[in-house]
Amino acid sequence: MVLWLAITIAIMLLAALSVLFLPNMIAAVMASSVVSLCLTLIFVFLKAPDVAMTEAAIGAGLGSLILAIGLKKLGYLSLDKQGDQDE
Amino acid sequence: MNRWSLANFSALIFALGLAVLLFAVSVQLPLANAPMLVGNSIIAQGVADTGAANLVTAVVLAYRGLDTLGELSILFAAAGVVGLLLTGAKAAQSPLPAGGFVVSSAVHLLTPLLFVVGFYIIFHGHLTPGGGFQGGVILAMAFFLPYLVDYKPLQQEHQRLTLIESVAGGSFIVIGLFSLFSGQAFLQPFLGHGAFGNLWSAGTLPLLYIAVGLKVGSELSSLLINLLHAEDE
Amino acid sequence: MVSDAQAVQWLLYGGAFGLVVIGVFGLLALNNAFRLLLALIILESGANLLLVLSGFREQGMAPIILSTQAQAGIMNDPVPQALVLTAIVIGVGVQALALTLILRVKQRYQTLDMRQIKALMEKDISEQHQVAHLSSYESPAQISAGRESDKA
Repeated sequence: MVLWLAITIAIMLLAALSVLFLPNMIAAVMASSVVSLCLTLIFVFLKAPDVAMTEAAIGAGLGSLILAIGLKKLGYLSLDKQGDQDE
Repeated sequence: MNRWSLANFSALIFALGLAVLLFAVSVQLPLANAPMLVGNSIIAQGVADTGAANLVTAVVLAYRGLDTLGELSILFAAAGVVGLLLTGAKAAQSPLPAGGFVVSSAVHLLTPLLFVVGFYIIFHGHLTPGGGFQGGVILAMAFFLPYLVDYKPLQQEHQRLTLIESVAGGSFIVIGLFSLFSGQAFLQPFLGHGAFGNLWSAGTLPLLYIAVGLKVGSELSSLLINLLHAEDE
Repeated sequence: MVSDAQAVQWLLYGGAFGLVVIGVFGLLALNNAFRLLLALIILESGANLLLVLSGFREQGMAPIILSTQAQAGIMNDPVPQALVLTAIVIGVGVQALALTLILRVKQRYQTLDMRQIKALMEKDISEQHQVAHLSSYESPAQISAGRESDKA
């Protein structure tokens, strides 16, 4: 149980770091979805089912949908454009 | 972040110092020993006070009902400002191409299932984990997914969603005012408790959660529709 | 070696504080406005995790009562969970509003770099109030002389 928790927290922190440092915008939004997923697992470990269900529905569902719509409106939705030129 | 300037280095040092301070705080706070001064009495008397099996529902609606009302107003303000700032939803054109075969068949299969699951989670909020917010988010997805597939006339849909949202929000406050007029505090649950574990139990809590779920669902979906049809393609 | 409970405590606190620190560092050091929104999301997730951690008890169960007769034993605190429930939904509303503001800024200034936006906004504000721009190289006498010749 402790090993599973350690792996989940390690993946979550790595994904949080890669949100800041990945040059492609689509990858950054995906990494923030991974952070939400790992957070849901940690809430299940903490025996908080209401919070886990809310985080799953909103973090992985509605939040990522809002960010994807934002990507499309801002013109970042392309896999080959290497990052944002105005970084 | 290709070029590391002095500002970035000082931000890194600040972040590391914050981490050290937080670590120093966490050493003095043992984790699994919450004092739970209020929580213990809520656990002991929650079922007797409200009749709900889910104590988080009892806290959200019965013990801290005014916080839920504040949260509904924050969501209303956010959705209202989004509708105010974004132009382009009033234009009666379809800015997006219609979805392909895979997306449209998946949406046609998923939308009734999403409605069923959303309403199930809302109705059983006082018995199992769930409630108005989770079910409302799922309902928002169910309202919004057909917009990804094909174009619908915008005016009637917007008016219908706004009508659902205002009726649901108003009924939340009206239910709270009923208990005020019957001699108790505002938003205090006042109908009978019913049998423990039944669907119709816990007084006004399911009714409040239905109002919250419908309001959150229609509000978030109209916010998403405004975002989707904004200009600057 | 550390015991199980201590390892769990260090892991959970490390994860929550790590998220908060990464979010704060992202807010300070990033230039792109959309990435600032992503860093804000990470910061909110860390804060929510910290709130739920404050009500955690060892071997505690979820705060749901299964039957009236059997008293379940140790339960977690339901109050921080109710607060975090509200906080997560408010967070997504704030994210939608921030995205709207980023869209409007992009429409107005055609860039998302915070430094360029700051410079353009300063220029706009000084032009609107007819004062000298902060980083202009003309002296105030030259600027007022230019304005007189414009008006005449």
